[in-house]
Amino acid sequence: MGEVNFSQVMEQNRSFVDKVIEKSGQDIRQCYQCAKCSGGCPGSFAMDYLPNQIIRMLMLGMKEEVLKSQTIWVCMGCNTCTTRCIRDIEVAHVMDTLRQEAIKAGYAEKGRLVTIFNDVFLSTIRSYGRLFEAGLLMMNNMRTGNLFKDAQFGLPMMLKGKAKPFPHRIKGRKEIKNIFEKIKRMEGK
Amino acid sequence: MPKYALYPGCSLETGGIEYGMSSHAVAHALGIEFLEVPDWNCCGASSAHMTDHLLSLALPARVLALAETLPVTEMVAPCAACHQRFAAVEYELSRDEDLKRKVNSLLERPYTGKVKLRSYLDIFANPETLEEIRKKVKRSLKGLKVACYYGCLFVKPPKVVNFVDDPENPQAMDNIMRALGAEPLPWPYKTECCGASLGMTKEEACTKLCNDILKIAKDSGADCIVAACPLCQQNLDMRQISVEKKYGTQYRMPIPFFTQLIGLALGLDPKTLGFKKLFVDPAGVLRKVGAA
Repeated sequence: MGEVNFSQVMEQNRSFVDKVIEKSGQDIRQCYQCAKCSGGCPGSFAMDYLPNQIIRMLMLGMKEEVLKSQTIWVCMGCNTCTTRCIRDIEVAHVMDTLRQEAIKAGYAEKGRLVTIFNDVFLSTIRSYGRLFEAGLLMMNNMRTGNLFKDAQFGLPMMLKGKAKPFPHRIKGRKEIKNIFEKIKRMEGK
Repeated sequence: MPKYALYPGCSLETGGIEYGMSSHAVAHALGIEFLEVPDWNCCGASSAHMTDHLLSLALPARVLALAETLPVTEMVAPCAACHQRFAAVEYELSRDEDLKRKVNSLLERPYTGKVKLRSYLDIFANPETLEEIRKKVKRSLKGLKVACYYGCLFVKPPKVVNFVDDPENPQAMDNIMRALGAEPLPWPYKTECCGASLGMTKEEACTKLCNDILKIAKDSGADCIVAACPLCQQNLDMRQISVEKKYGTQYRMPIPFFTQLIGLALGLDPKTLGFKKLFVDPAGVLRKVGAA
């Protein structure tokens, strides 16, 4: 993190902070930095900023630093932070909102592997209505360029009847597609 | 006869097939009736809630709306990750009429909230069913030391998942194991995250979290870790060999589902309970209870 002019970033990013509060439904201004969220976070060892630091940076208006952080992509959504927060802030929900905002703002570079995985996952749902694991794995590996990721599990999974070679297509595929389409229109994407 | 709508989710017929097999076998033996939600879709899992808030509610809301066509008042989702997505729909839409209208405008059949989500653990761990299980035990699991592993999403966050159990030291599965004659161990990693969601994207972090759980269970003297979530189970079972390689250890820790152990105690054939589907050989567990 370089030099930060606090009065400037707060001035510039006040509307962003308000948006995160509104979208997540979490009043992060209630946080008094007890850091219980970070103490219990199972992913903290792999983060660049601890969860309580992310909340503090957000309160200070440090939009870029927060959206470009590694932390929001390491968060596994286990909800330990939310469970333990004595100020009743759903920290994991805030992380979800930050990921969504990072994608929109084009800041998701550090989450590249996560966003590719999520895109591919959701595209199989959009096409079939249910997850198609073998297809997910193959498409994911093609897009990440990591061709043999988890390939060693393919054959044993097939032999144990745990992976199907073809997707199951639900009848209501059109309904699912409509959900995706309508959201896209609603949110003007 | 207790009757529930069942949402199998994408893993009960694939990665967690033994969870599906044993769930059906045990339900049959205990006189629990499951009605599968017709034409169900994927709940969207973490990929949806990381990407879009509305999508993360609309996908599971369609399923709950379909469950409302069944003659039931409650629905169960054996996968903890799916369970939490349905819980999020109930929690958020019951507190925000506008949001409910918005989500319903995306669906063909509206979600009313008539069918309530019930924790899959609770349909076995409630006092009446526990008593029923105790009466029907044919092959006691006496002498078997188990580490009950709840994972995150059946118990956290408590105000959303709406399940009366301690989110830090839950007891539902421990009580089931006691009813089977097994000895549930006190151990500190009952609800510690296994990192399954990082398996595809940040494997080294996932491997570390798995190693921590396996090591503490072993050090606590567990014969096996009992799982309730197919994502946790697959992560600890299938990736165990990579964990052992990376950390130079040998756990060989079987990771059966709690429904498999219920079935074993009820005297059902291990084959119909899917014990052969596990990656880490459960032979030691089966021998210990006289089922092999």
